[in-house]
Amino acid sequence: MSDALTKKAAEPKSIEELPITPVKRTGAGIITLWRSLLVFLGETASLTGRTISEVARGGMAVGDLVRQMALLGADSIWVVLVVTTATGIVFAVYTATLATSIGFSKFVGGTLAFSFLNELGPLLGGVAFAARAGAAIAAEIGTMVVTEQVDALRAMAVSPVRYLVAPRVVACIIMLPLLIVFADVSGLIGSYYAAGANGVAHQDFVDSVLTFVRVSDLTSGLIKAVVFGFIIGIVACQQGLRTTGGATGVGRSTTSSVVLCVLLIFVSDIFLAEMLMAKPGR
Amino acid sequence: MSAITVRNLVYEVPEKRILDNINLTVESGQIVSIMGQSGSGKTTLLKLLTGLLRPTSGEILIGETDIASLTERQLDEIRLRLGLVFQYAALFDSLSVYDNIIFGVVRHTKRTRAELDAIVSERLAEVGLSGSETLFPSQLSGGMQKRVGLARALAMQPSIVFYDEPTSGLDPITGHTIDELIMATRERTKVTSVVVSHHLPSIFKISDRIAMLDKGRIVIDGTPAEVNASQEPVVQAFLAPERGSFEAK
Repeated sequence: MSDALTKKAAEPKSIEELPITPVKRTGAGIITLWRSLLVFLGETASLTGRTISEVARGGMAVGDLVRQMALLGADSIWVVLVVTTATGIVFAVYTATLATSIGFSKFVGGTLAFSFLNELGPLLGGVAFAARAGAAIAAEIGTMVVTEQVDALRAMAVSPVRYLVAPRVVACIIMLPLLIVFADVSGLIGSYYAAGANGVAHQDFVDSVLTFVRVSDLTSGLIKAVVFGFIIGIVACQQGLRTTGGATGVGRSTTSSVVLCVLLIFVSDIFLAEMLMAKPGR
Repeated sequence: MSAITVRNLVYEVPEKRILDNINLTVESGQIVSIMGQSGSGKTTLLKLLTGLLRPTSGEILIGETDIASLTERQLDEIRLRLGLVFQYAALFDSLSVYDNIIFGVVRHTKRTRAELDAIVSERLAEVGLSGSETLFPSQLSGGMQKRVGLARALAMQPSIVFYDEPTSGLDPITGHTIDELIMATRERTKVTSVVVSHHLPSIFKISDRIAMLDKGRIVIDGTPAEVNASQEPVVQAFLAPERGSFEAK
């Protein structure tokens, strides 16, 4: 009996039988995170390929695209405008206060316009669009998955990529740059008045904008908006389509869609800023 | 030629075998019910038969075509001949009853507005919902949603219709109406019907044949009378609580 016990105790244990230690827990967490990242990248790449294929084949109905553009644009414009106008005002208050105290008020307009067109407009507009439109897309498609509406599409030989994904991704790519134009204008108007209220003459503001800002600053921002629009559309659709588990699953997909979109917008912004600033003419 | 032939079908998810060596034949024009406890693999089998899931191994022949080996695009050609009525109807909640019914038709055929109107009014009349074209799914009761789901499935004039739990969650009168609709549809269109259910009175009333799934295996496949007389303990145990509430044809 005691021999048997000794023999059993000496047998090597499998990794699952080992006690849960902080090292084991951390290792398992890293493996899970790495696996999730690979799944996300694989699914997003596959969905991107299928979406491009559907658009290239002309499989997307124009009516579906126009409906999505109207919905996403109308739903998001007020959020985007409030976020960018408020930021324009606050940014102008700080910049104008500092610049006038050291005699650089003639640079305020140019600084703000340059920042807005290149960075603040597309970045903040993109984040607001991800929170409003991206969340709506993930929640709608997620609900369709858990209520078997996506299966119903497939059962009727209608591709979910053609009917759901392609119109939403293309609508995001078209609508976000349009919204960013409005965001840039509203942010600059807010800056103009806030700077004026804090000691910057209106004419100095306008002269500074005309001196320092080029058309390429606007196009740089719009190129960013196109990339951000694509990221928001494809990630929101991917997260919606992989929803499982009823209402809780829809909530989880919606949250993760917004988090992933915001993270990817900020990360891609680093590369886009480097790329767009490095081009000739600036 | 059989409408559906399933040979040695196996379906597995990580660490679990859901369906194990399923063999089943459905002849044209028959109503075949697949019954079994919740979790026995009924809905999974239905999703495999309609190509919504891919089997781990085995063959699923729709007519003479093995759908297990087809691409999604090739499968779409087969799906045009199939209709699927979902457990909770799965109507598109952003579309009206009219648009739900013509959804597949307008995407796969070229029809005039008058022809579409005729299809919708005909299908709605068949399911007893004439005049509800402009309503949205949220304005319909569960039974009405299932009837619109049936009208949508029939709009493309399929040769095989699959029903997933058609009477579950319905009151007895509405459940009876759905049973009558399934039988009337078969009589009128000679369509082949596969019904997944655990509602014994409905199953024994409408079916030409019944197959029972238990733990991923078919434990009996026969006429309602044969199933009713089966001495198989699993079948006996499944039928026992509702003996007296149904009658074998």
